Amino acid sequence: MADLSILIRAVEEADSASLLTRAVQNLAAVGLEAAVPTLIAALSYNNPGAAVAAVDGLVTIGQAAVPALLEQLDQHNYTARSWTIRALAGIGDPRGLVTLLGGATADFSPSVRRAAARGLGVMKWQWFPDDLLEIAQAEALEALLFVAQQDEEWVVRYAAVVGLQALAATLTATDPDGRSQIQAQFEKMAIDDESWAVRARILMAQQQIQAKTSYLLLQPPEEQASPLSAVDWQMILESLYRRKGQERLMLSEGDPRSYQAMAVAIAQETNPPH
Amino acid sequence: MQESTFESMESSPPGVGSDEAEALTAEQAIANLQGADLGLRFYAAWWLGRFRVRDEAAIQALIAALEDEADQTEAGGYPLRRNAARALGKLGDRRAVPVLIQSLSCSDHYVREAAAQSLQALGDSACVPALLNLLATGLQGEQLVPNQPDLSQPYDAILEAVGALRAAHAISHVKPFLEHPTERIQYAAIRAMYQLTHEAAYGEQLVQALKSPSLQLRRTVLADLGAIGYLPAAAAIAQTQAENSLKLIALKGLLEEQLQHTTPPALSAGAINVMTLMDELL
Repeated sequence: MADLSILIRAVEEADSASLLTRAVQNLAAVGLEAAVPTLIAALSYNNPGAAVAAVDGLVTIGQAAVPALLEQLDQHNYTARSWTIRALAGIGDPRGLVTLLGGATADFSPSVRRAAARGLGVMKWQWFPDDLLEIAQAEALEALLFVAQQDEEWVVRYAAVVGLQALAATLTATDPDGRSQIQAQFEKMAIDDESWAVRARILMAQQQIQAKTSYLLLQPPEEQASPLSAVDWQMILESLYRRKGQERLMLSEGDPRSYQAMAVAIAQETNPPH
Repeated sequence: MQESTFESMESSPPGVGSDEAEALTAEQAIANLQGADLGLRFYAAWWLGRFRVRDEAAIQALIAALEDEADQTEAGGYPLRRNAARALGKLGDRRAVPVLIQSLSCSDHYVREAAAQSLQALGDSACVPALLNLLATGLQGEQLVPNQPDLSQPYDAILEAVGALRAAHAISHVKPFLEHPTERIQYAAIRAMYQLTHEAAYGEQLVQALKSPSLQLRRTVLADLGAIGYLPAAAAIAQTQAENSLKLIALKGLLEEQLQHTTPPALSAGAINVMTLMDELL
């Protein structure tokens, strides 16, 4: 294996667009966590080839890249931001959920909306605690139905169909009602949507749901347990509620918010106030 | 078929924010197009096409703008005519065909190009003889005129139009352009030859060009493959070095071609294969 520092230096010293792209591709291929800062920097170089390669590398590295990606979202470089959302969509980490909800429904760029819509379908749902799962999937469902109905770009509606198909597969046991909402939406769009490509993708989704043969489900489920802490879940929950703009009135037994006191305590221990 | 902003990659003219564009109404744009302010007229012609204003008044005003004499550049170009020709291609009203055919003989190269592109979009075979006459200006018998490259006509737009209009008798006019030294024009000829003959060799030439070191050529060829719906190119399209947006548009062209051969809900294996590739590019 090539020495990582040599690969990183090649990215930093690349003096042409094509050299930079190749250097980022080489670094991305290694898939090591130590490459994350360099790959994230490559999202801001205004070089689409390098950015695509960096996103691929970050998706391969997966959840270890998520904290740095979330930090990158706070920067004011729109182009880098949109590549960041694409990387979060590819990783499917729950900490990116609220970002993807916003990206799918409201981002200015169709390429962000389409990546986020697909990402909402293939979140790592198996990591979610039960109570939070229900809330999170309801939000994802609502966002995807909205995008499928409203977006003016065929490619974004197409991506919403892909997302809804994946979501339908995970809703089987938990939410039969949500599943039938998806089916109804598909039936309507199969007739109404103005794009042939979108209508065809709906036919494929309907057939794969019926036959349970979606390649989206053929990917081996990750055996890995959730790496997220109680604080992470707390933050996800709070940002979901902020997005909703309303608190649910009933706190049921085991509601994630019952972790709140503990979460705050842990957060104070591990992150001294800035 | 309505193309979305995504497909045509339309952007506002420089210096015009989207807020300003949204702020115009159809009535105002039609009025501006007939007003005295050349800047407003130029912008209104673009706007009517961009926002698909199919009013009778808009069509008539744009047709009239194709004969405008007021808006001329120092080099003899007709900016308003260019925009009017482009807009008429987007509005799908075949009454524009005769006047667009006349625009094929305009002195401004870019008006001729816009007219050829819009005639292709309108899909009316009435323009084929005029298009062939333009191709003939670059030919001596069955050869290209000497002293190449000849860029006097927008040959790529003209070749694409005769291919899209399936003008089978155009083959003898198209074939010499396979030898054109300008790649853009050469590939337009290859694309047209595929549409006119359905010989796989032409499709394969386009697939080979996806390996070209020139990004611009790869982008052009992606559009060509999408336009001809050449299914064997699917995997090569998905793997080529270019923006995913453009690959998705090209694959959509392949998918739509596949959908012509089945009746819903049936999907061909080719269609399923193409969609599976598209999913991965989102």
